Amino acid sequence: MNPDQGKAVQTDCECDDAYTLGPLQMGPPCCDPEPVIQVEDLSLQYSGKTALQKVTLDIYRGCITALIGPSGCGKTSFLSAINRLTDLIPACQVDGRIRVDGRDIYDSACNVQALRRQIGMVFQKPAPFPLSIRRNITLPLREHGITQRLTVESITEQVLRDVGLWNEVCDRMDTAALSLSGGQQQRLCIARALALSPQILLMDEPCSALDPIASGVVEDLISRLSGHYTIVIVTHNLAQARRIANYAAFFWVKERAGQLVEFGHCRDIFESPTHELTAAYVNGIRG
Amino acid sequence: MFHSVLTDTLVRWILRAGAVISALVMLLILIFLLIESWPVLGQITPTRFFTDASWHPLEGAYNLMPMLSGTLLASVGALLLAIPLGIASALFIIFYAPAFFVLPYQRLIELLAGIPSVVFGFWGLTTLVPLINQFHPPGASLLAAILVLTLMILPTITLTTHSALKAVPDEFLHGAAALGLSRWGMIYGVVFPAAHAGIVAGIILAAGRAIGETMAVLMVAGNVVQHPQGLFDPIRTLAANIALEMAYAMDDHRAVLFVSGLLLMILVMMLSAMAGKIGKHKYV
Repeated sequence: MNPDQGKAVQTDCECDDAYTLGPLQMGPPCCDPEPVIQVEDLSLQYSGKTALQKVTLDIYRGCITALIGPSGCGKTSFLSAINRLTDLIPACQVDGRIRVDGRDIYDSACNVQALRRQIGMVFQKPAPFPLSIRRNITLPLREHGITQRLTVESITEQVLRDVGLWNEVCDRMDTAALSLSGGQQQRLCIARALALSPQILLMDEPCSALDPIASGVVEDLISRLSGHYTIVIVTHNLAQARRIANYAAFFWVKERAGQLVEFGHCRDIFESPTHELTAAYVNGIRG
Repeated sequence: MFHSVLTDTLVRWILRAGAVISALVMLLILIFLLIESWPVLGQITPTRFFTDASWHPLEGAYNLMPMLSGTLLASVGALLLAIPLGIASALFIIFYAPAFFVLPYQRLIELLAGIPSVVFGFWGLTTLVPLINQFHPPGASLLAAILVLTLMILPTITLTTHSALKAVPDEFLHGAAALGLSRWGMIYGVVFPAAHAGIVAGIILAAGRAIGETMAVLMVAGNVVQHPQGLFDPIRTLAANIALEMAYAMDDHRAVLFVSGLLLMILVMMLSAMAGKIGKHKYV
């Protein structure tokens, strides 16, 4: 998104700047945000040490929500609680409630595989599987029962086009995914997540391991995805958060435990924060 | 500054010396085998080792084929049993076992790897052979050799597979989980391809051990020189043959035993060449 366009919309539309990135495919009109992820009193402990304390937060459908804050304030933990990746970490205890589309995901009846199909995740370090480019995308598809060759092929092409990788790799789909450059690998990982047509995308500092140019490409891609997907992105790059996010949540460490300090429209967090810590952080005074 | 340069030079020379000595030992063994087997290699055509009527070295009949087939059948049989078992138990330890079970189980496997082969042979001779004898005499047989070898190489395969699986980066596992892959989907689709090279290396190591194993096999295999017709027939392996006959072999007979040693070494070399080929995964 270019900054001028954002400003123009801000002045034209009184309501808010939630959806400035093009037509929406899902979700309500912009003045009536509908929560898709509802987090209530979420606390997270690693072997008895609290990493995240009593976070309550709604994530709105079709929006980009940026999680900002210093290292160690529990942003990544928050993210991995949403798709229950915390299950993989031994001695990690999650309390509180997270509802996705109204269903409690920590309920014993919740199908974790189906949940993770609905919620895609992109990690900080690009980590395509040590397989061919093609198989990186077809493997999860087949695992979820999409095996018809034509369907698989068309989805593969579609998602690679979506992330702008198709023209770069269409003639070498069967070479190693690990031979791609860092930025290409990260876009492949995003494509891999998109292939399952999730509703929600969790992104954990997707640009931090990339050089500025690759980072710009991925950032543009994220902007384009807005509206089509609900995106929760952790970022240390405040300028980036400001450029792409509709909402921002500011986390801070208090007594060694991460807490949510302030949540609101991205513009408000950056321009008129209500909490002094937020003001200090976004202005680069602390953090 | 000067000190560190000196240390660096010293370490470099020590390491070089170590590398040269190891390579030299290997080379000397090969040369020794060639020299010792030369009396027959120079005299008779090598095809006679495969076409002679039988193995009667004192009468000049040098057919090594029955023993070669015995060696290969016992090794392949043991690998067929030990590979699935070893990989399964390594997978179990890493992905399925409850936490309290992991450490004791792993220690047990390590202990099994450390048991001297003669103990396995002893157990085979006193327990396994009589047991097989009850079903199908004589008991000392290809089957007994396969079972004892399986026990011996199982921990090797388990431990090497275990460390290969352990070395798979967490990013792959988390990435697979985040895509909603089932545990088996993750193992089959991501972990195996990533750990492929290490697993193959372990299998080759185990195969080398099975081919060369002498004592345990000698104690349970029956040592009849013949092409076995079934699992219950006694066999004699090349390694066992050397151990059995070296004490009294002379002249050509002795040289032929060195030829069979050479043959064993070629087998192992072929294995490691194969390992290099299979171990290279095209996507890593």
